[in-house]
Amino acid sequence: MTAASTPAVVREPDGGPVKSGPSRGVLARAAAGPKTAYLLYVAGKLGGAAVSLLAVLVTSFFLFRIIPGDPVKAMTRHRPVSPEQMAALRRQFGLDSPLWQQFTDYCGKALTGDLGVSYQFHAPVSQLIAERFPATLLLTGVAVVIYSALGLWLGTRSAWRHGQLGDKLNTGVALTLWSVPSFWLGLLLIIVFSVGMGPIPGLFPTGGMESGSETGFAHVLDVAHHMVLPVLTLVAVGYAQTLLVMRSSLLDEMGSDYLTTARAKGLRDALVRRKHAVPNALLPTVTMVFINLGHVAAGSILVESVFSWPGLGGLFYQAIPVPDLPLIQGLFVVFAGAMILMNLLADLLYPLLDPRVGR
Amino acid sequence: MDTQGTTTGTTPHSPPPHPARPRAARRLLATGAAVFALLATAATPLSPAAAAAPQQPAVQAKAKAAPRTLTIAVAQSVDSLSPFLATKLVSTSIHRLVYEYLTNYDVKDAHTIPALATEWKSSPDKLTWTYKIRDNSKWSDGKQATAEDAAWTFNKMMTDEGAASANGSFTANFKKVTAPDPTTLVVELKKPQATMTALDVPIVPKHVWEKVGDFSKFNNDKDFPIVGNGPYVITDYKPDQYVKLKANKNFWRGAPKFDELTMKYYKDGDAAVAALRRGEVGFVQGLTPAQAASLKSEKNIKVNDAPGRRFFALATNPGAKDKTGKKFGDGNPALLDPAVRKALFQSVDRKAIVDKVFQGHAVEGQGYIPPRFAEYHWKPSAQQQIAYDPAAAAKTLDDAGYKKNADGKRLGKDGKPLDFRILCHATDPNDKAVGKYLTEWWGELGIGLKVECLDSVSDRWLAGEYDLAFDGYSVNPDPDYVLSIHTCAALPATPDASGQTDNFICDKQFDGLYDRQIVEYDKARRTDLVKQMQSRLYDTGYMNVMVYPNALEAYRTDQIKSIKTMPEAGGNIWGQDGYWSWWSAEPAASGDTPDQDSGTSPAVWIIIGIAVLMILVIAFVVTRRRSSTAEDRE
Repeated sequence: MTAASTPAVVREPDGGPVKSGPSRGVLARAAAGPKTAYLLYVAGKLGGAAVSLLAVLVTSFFLFRIIPGDPVKAMTRHRPVSPEQMAALRRQFGLDSPLWQQFTDYCGKALTGDLGVSYQFHAPVSQLIAERFPATLLLTGVAVVIYSALGLWLGTRSAWRHGQLGDKLNTGVALTLWSVPSFWLGLLLIIVFSVGMGPIPGLFPTGGMESGSETGFAHVLDVAHHMVLPVLTLVAVGYAQTLLVMRSSLLDEMGSDYLTTARAKGLRDALVRRKHAVPNALLPTVTMVFINLGHVAAGSILVESVFSWPGLGGLFYQAIPVPDLPLIQGLFVVFAGAMILMNLLADLLYPLLDPRVGR
Repeated sequence: MDTQGTTTGTTPHSPPPHPARPRAARRLLATGAAVFALLATAATPLSPAAAAAPQQPAVQAKAKAAPRTLTIAVAQSVDSLSPFLATKLVSTSIHRLVYEYLTNYDVKDAHTIPALATEWKSSPDKLTWTYKIRDNSKWSDGKQATAEDAAWTFNKMMTDEGAASANGSFTANFKKVTAPDPTTLVVELKKPQATMTALDVPIVPKHVWEKVGDFSKFNNDKDFPIVGNGPYVITDYKPDQYVKLKANKNFWRGAPKFDELTMKYYKDGDAAVAALRRGEVGFVQGLTPAQAASLKSEKNIKVNDAPGRRFFALATNPGAKDKTGKKFGDGNPALLDPAVRKALFQSVDRKAIVDKVFQGHAVEGQGYIPPRFAEYHWKPSAQQQIAYDPAAAAKTLDDAGYKKNADGKRLGKDGKPLDFRILCHATDPNDKAVGKYLTEWWGELGIGLKVECLDSVSDRWLAGEYDLAFDGYSVNPDPDYVLSIHTCAALPATPDASGQTDNFICDKQFDGLYDRQIVEYDKARRTDLVKQMQSRLYDTGYMNVMVYPNALEAYRTDQIKSIKTMPEAGGNIWGQDGYWSWWSAEPAASGDTPDQDSGTSPAVWIIIGIAVLMILVIAFVVTRRRSSTAEDRE
């Protein structure tokens, strides 16, 4: 804790912790100058991300070829199909060429953004993903933002007054909801707030993203109306992780000397918390938030299922049993890519949050 | 560390209680109360409408102008709206509604009746079929549907691989298709084919489809409305969400009673049931027994428990081999002994399976084709039947020389205990439940059973790596396909290839009957041959039908007044062989359905209220922060 306090004392309220550049001490130690150091850091991270992405591209091709099951056989089971038709399908899917050729074809196309054509939907994978991505982004994005903010806020309060009734209640409720299966909570919400129960009227639709008959602002409201229950489910089940991480990292900071100093200056308690303790405790939580943002692309298969949300999670779920190789590969690349991108963003943001990073 | 954190207001380190805090709290409370009051007043006049009697006055006011819409829940997402590519049931059901086929199946007993073709005849050599095409069917864009459209559709499937993806098997035996005039279609065959009145191929408008380039990638989902000539026309489609259809007022058989039909995709069965209770959808299919039971007592909901078109059978591996006779797989050779198979089937208590596993929603199995298809359904005679009789099963094994050892296990001819494996679909709870019963029943017989539940059984199955397997097929009004999968011709060409075969059965006598029925154009004689084939299949004892599962579905009687089931007496609604259900469905008396899912409902106002509240709270917090910072700086 004492180590952490050294650079933190430079964070005076007038400076503003986020906007302030590296402190004088940091400047002195960064021999090549802060800009060059940051650029080198950025270049390193960018390079790492590029290598990861390439690895993902290659892995996705081989990983899913291990899944047992011949797509052509699986797709033609239980319906009349002649051997000629099966051969034609194999040709159409490119499954008749040797594996190395399939791989080079895939790599060549993937680099130009062409992820192939889905076996079962007969449409380009990029198109299928583009059709469903906004829905997933909207649902999980809104949920992640809300539960991160909520977790951050409640976590800070809990840590600051840890051991008190409020903290126990807070953590208790969060942990209980965290351990609730999301599909079960979703169904309960549907039964109570969609169908209606006792005095509670059925207020929200049971599923889907829109009723399909509205335009303009009414459409926006309609989508918001459809979003309430799924977002509520995701937030209820998800905010505990941000809360707990924030709580524990803030607790770590709370014994620090710089807080005593801040108080000695006569700062109000809320200000000590907001301007001194929280910024230093934020790093693990930021990592967590970005990991969650990385998960946004993958959506939530279970919540998307319960609320029939037309997102990527459902698409992945439909692709696996076939196995619809181009679709699985494409989705895997998008999911992993989003994760890599968000990790990269988090890495790039760290030096701004904490000057010690990236020196 | 602890002392600092726990007692904010009292430790010497903390600043004295700031006057801003209680003031802030008061301000927050006041704002909250004000907003809540505002919200409550806004919501009160609206909330009764949202409660139990849903929007009745509003509905009646709208009734005259609003179209009568029926929304039904479907459990699959559409794979393609192109009839040349679609294979999922939801998509083919939609195609039934939007394109006419040459023939249709009677709603009463599924016998072939006219559709786009009004009559048909075959030449004496059985190789030429001539269809008369009706002159009163118009495409939804106003053009006449003719024999030329039908000929073009078939020719496209015969010449373009992409267009043969879904239904190519129907034209595999076609030599030449022509349309000498707008009402005559002539199909020349390579070999006689008795299924020429069961060509389930949607006929598409040539003038629209001849512009399509690559049939393997064209999904027919961009230009709405999609030109068709069935009882409905597709007007909108959102992937993974819904398909909207509009009644075709010019449909030759008569316009449907509902103006619009929306098929809404529900990924979760329980959510679909909730939507039915709420009135958001008027129909739900694929119910579990528990769901059906919970809906039975519900007001305005009718549960339909009808005979299904599937059979649920035990398949035993007859020794997998390819067309050349090359053996592969690892089926237990003990199962090649008819006595062993007979003993296994004799200890299957079908009644228990119907009662316990299907909770009464199934019919005990006998012949291969379900009783729903009354014409072709066959029952074993009293002498032939392998009835449930555990004592007789034990005797069968004793007589055949499979004695029990000291542990009570039956020993095979090789002296090792009889232990079998059964392939089970991990996604099917019925497989798992029946598996438990079989383990118990066969255990009593002295035979061990390992139930192997896999997400995908097809690889193991096609490789012949199973002893027994849970098997099931949906049967069509024409039984040719489900019979063809047990012929030698359906075996794979090589062990790596996959044939059409279901269970590697290759029996000369069965094949002989099959070859006779496919060229038999006389209905009565063909029916007789089909029954003989089922009898032979039963006797060979590699396929044993345990039950015919029912189709469980439910609809709202306050939305649907009446609807035709198929078979008409006690049949089902979803996945019929024809468009009868949705074509015949009549709206309930109110003339409209509670429009729960659109319009600015009270809930929307509540959302707006919550949003306003959130903005106010945020604004409040921000102003408070500013002021407190200013105070601190002083």
